[in-house]
This record gives sequence, C-alpha cells and structure tokens, in this order.
Amino acid sequence: MDQSLQDIKQSFKQIRKERRKENFKAFFETFLKNKIAVAGGVLLLCYTFVALFAPWIAPYDPFEMDLFNKLQPPSLDHWMGTDDKGRDILSRIIYGSRLSMGVGFAAVLFGASFGIMMGMVAGYYGGWVDAIISRSLDVMLAFPGILLALAIISALGPSLFNVTVAVGVFSIPLFGRIARGSTMEVRHMEYIEAVRSLGGNDGIIIFRHIFPNILSPLIVQGTLRLATAILSAAGLSFLGLGAAPPSPEWGAMLSSGRDFFFSAPYIAIFPGITIALLVMGFNLFGDGLRDALDPRMKS
Amino acid sequence: MLLFIIKRLLQTIPVIFGVTLVVFLIMQMVPGDTAQVLAGEGASQETIEDLREEYGLNDPLHVQYFDYMKGLLQGDMGQSLKNERPVIDEIMVRLPISIELAIYATIVTIIFGITAGIISAVRPYSASDMTVMVIALLGISFPSFWLGMILMFIFSVELQWLPVSGWDSVQHMVLPVLALGTAGAAIVARMTRSSMLEVVRQDYIRTAKAKGIKNYLIIYKHTLRNALIPVITVVGLQFGALLGGTVLIESVFAINGLGRLILESIRMRDLPMVQGGVLVASIIFVLVNLFVDILYKFFNRRIDIN
Repeated sequence: MDQSLQDIKQSFKQIRKERRKENFKAFFETFLKNKIAVAGGVLLLCYTFVALFAPWIAPYDPFEMDLFNKLQPPSLDHWMGTDDKGRDILSRIIYGSRLSMGVGFAAVLFGASFGIMMGMVAGYYGGWVDAIISRSLDVMLAFPGILLALAIISALGPSLFNVTVAVGVFSIPLFGRIARGSTMEVRHMEYIEAVRSLGGNDGIIIFRHIFPNILSPLIVQGTLRLATAILSAAGLSFLGLGAAPPSPEWGAMLSSGRDFFFSAPYIAIFPGITIALLVMGFNLFGDGLRDALDPRMKS
Repeated sequence: MLLFIIKRLLQTIPVIFGVTLVVFLIMQMVPGDTAQVLAGEGASQETIEDLREEYGLNDPLHVQYFDYMKGLLQGDMGQSLKNERPVIDEIMVRLPISIELAIYATIVTIIFGITAGIISAVRPYSASDMTVMVIALLGISFPSFWLGMILMFIFSVELQWLPVSGWDSVQHMVLPVLALGTAGAAIVARMTRSSMLEVVRQDYIRTAKAKGIKNYLIIYKHTLRNALIPVITVVGLQFGALLGGTVLIESVFAINGLGRLILESIRMRDLPMVQGGVLVASIIFVLVNLFVDILYKFFNRRIDIN
C-alpha cells in the first residue's frame, strides 16, 4: 500500500516537473519571438554586467579628483567629460550603476515582500482581515506620487538607506493589490481544496501552493516597478534626500551637475540618459514578460 | 447613480482618516527625541521642554492623535517651526501654484496623450504608430526633472525663447508644464492605443464596418467614445503622480509651490509643515479620485442606457 502511494507521488512529481519544463519552454519561445523585449533584456544584461564588473571596466577611479582637468568636455581621454572636481563622469556612471540599481532592487524587494505577504493573507482569509488590509492598502495608495516617500524621509532623515525604505513602502500597495486579487482567484480551486482536505495548514497552502501559482503577474509588476523605483530613487537623490556627495549615485550626480549645467551640460546629460536607458530596458523587458507570462494582460 | 455617489463618498471618509493617521504616525517615526528634533540642534533644555508641552508629546499616542484630529477639524495644522506662522496659512499661499501646475500638466497629458494614442491606433504597426510609440517609450523613461533641465537648456539658455525659472506668466509655465506632463502623456498614449485596439476588435465595430459607415465616423463615434472610458481612470491616477511630481519640477524651475515648500521644510526639519503639506496634497488626490470614479460611472451608465 505504502509502496503504491510512493509510486503515485513519484509519478505526480514527474508530471509536475515535465509540465513545468514545458511551460518554461513555451514561455521562453513566446518571449524570444518578441524582439523588442529581447532588446530590453539585452540592455538589462549589459547594465548588470557593468555593475558587477565596474572596477575592471571603469577607466578611472570614480572618486579621484583632478582639479587641473575639471569641467572637461567629452574627449578621447574622458569619453563623457569630467565634472566640477575633475572626476571622470564615465567612471562615476559605471560605479553609480551599483548604487542606483541596488537601491531599485532593494526597494522593490522590500515592497514586494511586505505587499505580497499582506495581499496573500487578505485574499486567503477574506472577511475582516481582508477589510483591514485592503483599507490599509487604499490609504497607502491615497498618497500622490512620491509624497509618501518624502514624508517617510522627512521623519527618518535623508540617506540612501532611507530612500530605499521609503521607495519600498511606496511600492507595497501595488504588490498587495495584485497578490490579493490573484489569491482570491486561486483560493477556491480544486487543488487548494485537495491540499486542505489532506490536512495542509494555512501556512503551507499560502506559501507552498498559492504563492507559486500567483507569481506570474507579480514578476511582471516587479520588473515594471523596478523602472519606477529607480526613477523615484534618482528623483529623491536629485532633491538631496538620498545619496550624499561624493557618491556617484546617478540622481546625486544630476543634482551636483545642476550648478554647472549651463556651462557644462554633459555633466547632467549623461547620467540622465543612463537612467532613461535602464528604465527603458525594464519597461521593454517587463512588457515582454507580461505578454509571455500572462497573455490575458497582453498590451 | 446617486446611490453610487453616496457609497463612494462614504468610502472616502475612512480613507481620509487613514491618511491623517499615517501622516501622524510617520512623524512619530522620528528617531530619538521628537522634541529635540523639533527644537533643532543647540536648543536649550527649557525650549525642548516647552515644545514637548506645546505639542503634547508627554501624552499617550492616542491622546496625541485625538488632539491632532481635533485641531485638523478646526483647520489647525499647527505652527511652522521656521517662522511660527500657522501651517495652513503657508500652505494656502503655495497650494494654488502647485494645483495650477498639476492641472495644466494634466491638460497636456490628456491632449497630447489621447491625440498620440489615436494616431497610433488608427494605423497599427505602421511607421506613424512606431514613431509615436517610440516617443512614448522615451517619455516614460526619462526622469521628469532631467527633461526639465534639458528643456530649460535648449529653450531658455540656447534659444532664449522662454524664461529660465519662476511662475509669473504663461511663458514661465510652458517648460515646467511640458516637463511634468510628458510622462503622463506617454502613459495615456499607450493606454489609449491599447484601449482603441481592444475596442476595434469588438463585434459592433465589425457591424458598423459591414454597414458601410465611413472610417472616420467609426473611429470617432464608435471606437474612441468607448475606448476613452478606461483612459479616464488612468488620467485620474496620473493627476496624483503629477501632484507628487511637482516637488521635482518646482525644484528645477524654482517655482514657489507646495512641493518646494515641502522640500524646504524637510531640509529645515520643519515637521509640522511637511505633515500639513503631505496631508493636504493627499486629501486633494483622494477627492480627485472620487470625482474621477463618479465620472467613470457616469460615462459607463450612458453606455449602459445606449
């Protein structure tokens, strides 16, 4: 009897594994057909490569000042010119990718962790638990744009870490709403009932059975949200509330380039283009993921 | 319809209370002694104690919130730590400028966004569609504050067509409004396009075509009217993003609006002013969303009747 049960379990595992493989193959094929999304993915890979290997790629030390060579326009020696302290702008942008992308990823991870947890609990339990969590998410959505993040920074004080927390909090309601809606869709499905009748507790049902099945829209939103998070963090640093000089964070670079912008516009032009290309990469990649993972949401 | 409006109004009240609670609680997150932070560096112990007494910081949290709400309901948001003027007075001076900026940017968002979306959707996958969509993609990718700086460099410094900063005349408004409205217009353009393409696939459009109705009539009378309904919600949400975005644009163009006031107050640790500014902007956003929801329902109802 035990042996046959084991066999059934094994064959189910095998079927699941094969189905997962097939699904992944189908997703991958659909995604690869979308050339624009692939271009976005390649762009993101380039940025990741640059961030990971910054010390080997950057031609100069991003903090090394050379006052004899300050405010130099782009040249063969300094492809993007130098800033007001004579620092190489290209090297600073290369090193800054670690900070700007790091803040974006950390903020989205923070927002997604709390948001998904809240959304799944609300969607699964329903009733007053759902009412309390949903109203809390509504309240967080009631803050326009980055004002919630600004309020948080005003209390915690300006720093890159606090910007990460603030942008993360600002992302919670988005993930919360998606997780709640998706959980409500799957919570009464037969396989969930089956796990419940086999004695699976709520924790196991939520994390092992619901979570993997609501992941697609969350991954799509996570990718698109990275674009918003990077823009918001850059904006907050631009306002002087995030990274402080001499940090090569892109928003901070734009901020310090403001004073010399009219005489040396390249100080601010290149960090701006760098941010835009990364944001574009996340948007293209995210749109492609959405089309491949969730055809119902196809644009 | 009336029932819907009453229901939505009733739903808005707890959200506004929630917003006041969040704003109140955020200010309690100040690390260390709040009275010390409010008093600023180098303040005497006596000043700190006075402030603690004035702001009721010795009271339990729920009593502090109750007092805060009592004040708010009487229009009292406390006093600025910078100039000891009532917070509400300062906000009322700066708020109209930000509202004006956000409204003009919303108009830009609607006009440019919907026009671009229509151009795209009329001939999908054509050269004009691709061009508009590439511009829209650039529009959502560039940071608004950076775009503001570039516009300022081109039109104010190089061409000298428009003033560099301020908010005194129409000329002053052009660049900030464009910088703020571009991203919103790009989002609305993408939304209008996909919404129109969705409607074009519907049976009633096929029927209209089969009846031999002229193409432009199908587009404007049948497609656009229906396609714009979901766009209304996006425009409403965009207003919030624009209201929040005024902080950045007002900083770039040195406009003395609410956003700049909040930013200056953060730098000066004038917490009551930050609290008041964020609260007022959020309540406006909640009310705008309420209006947009009612508008959405109104247009949907017309369709139901038709």
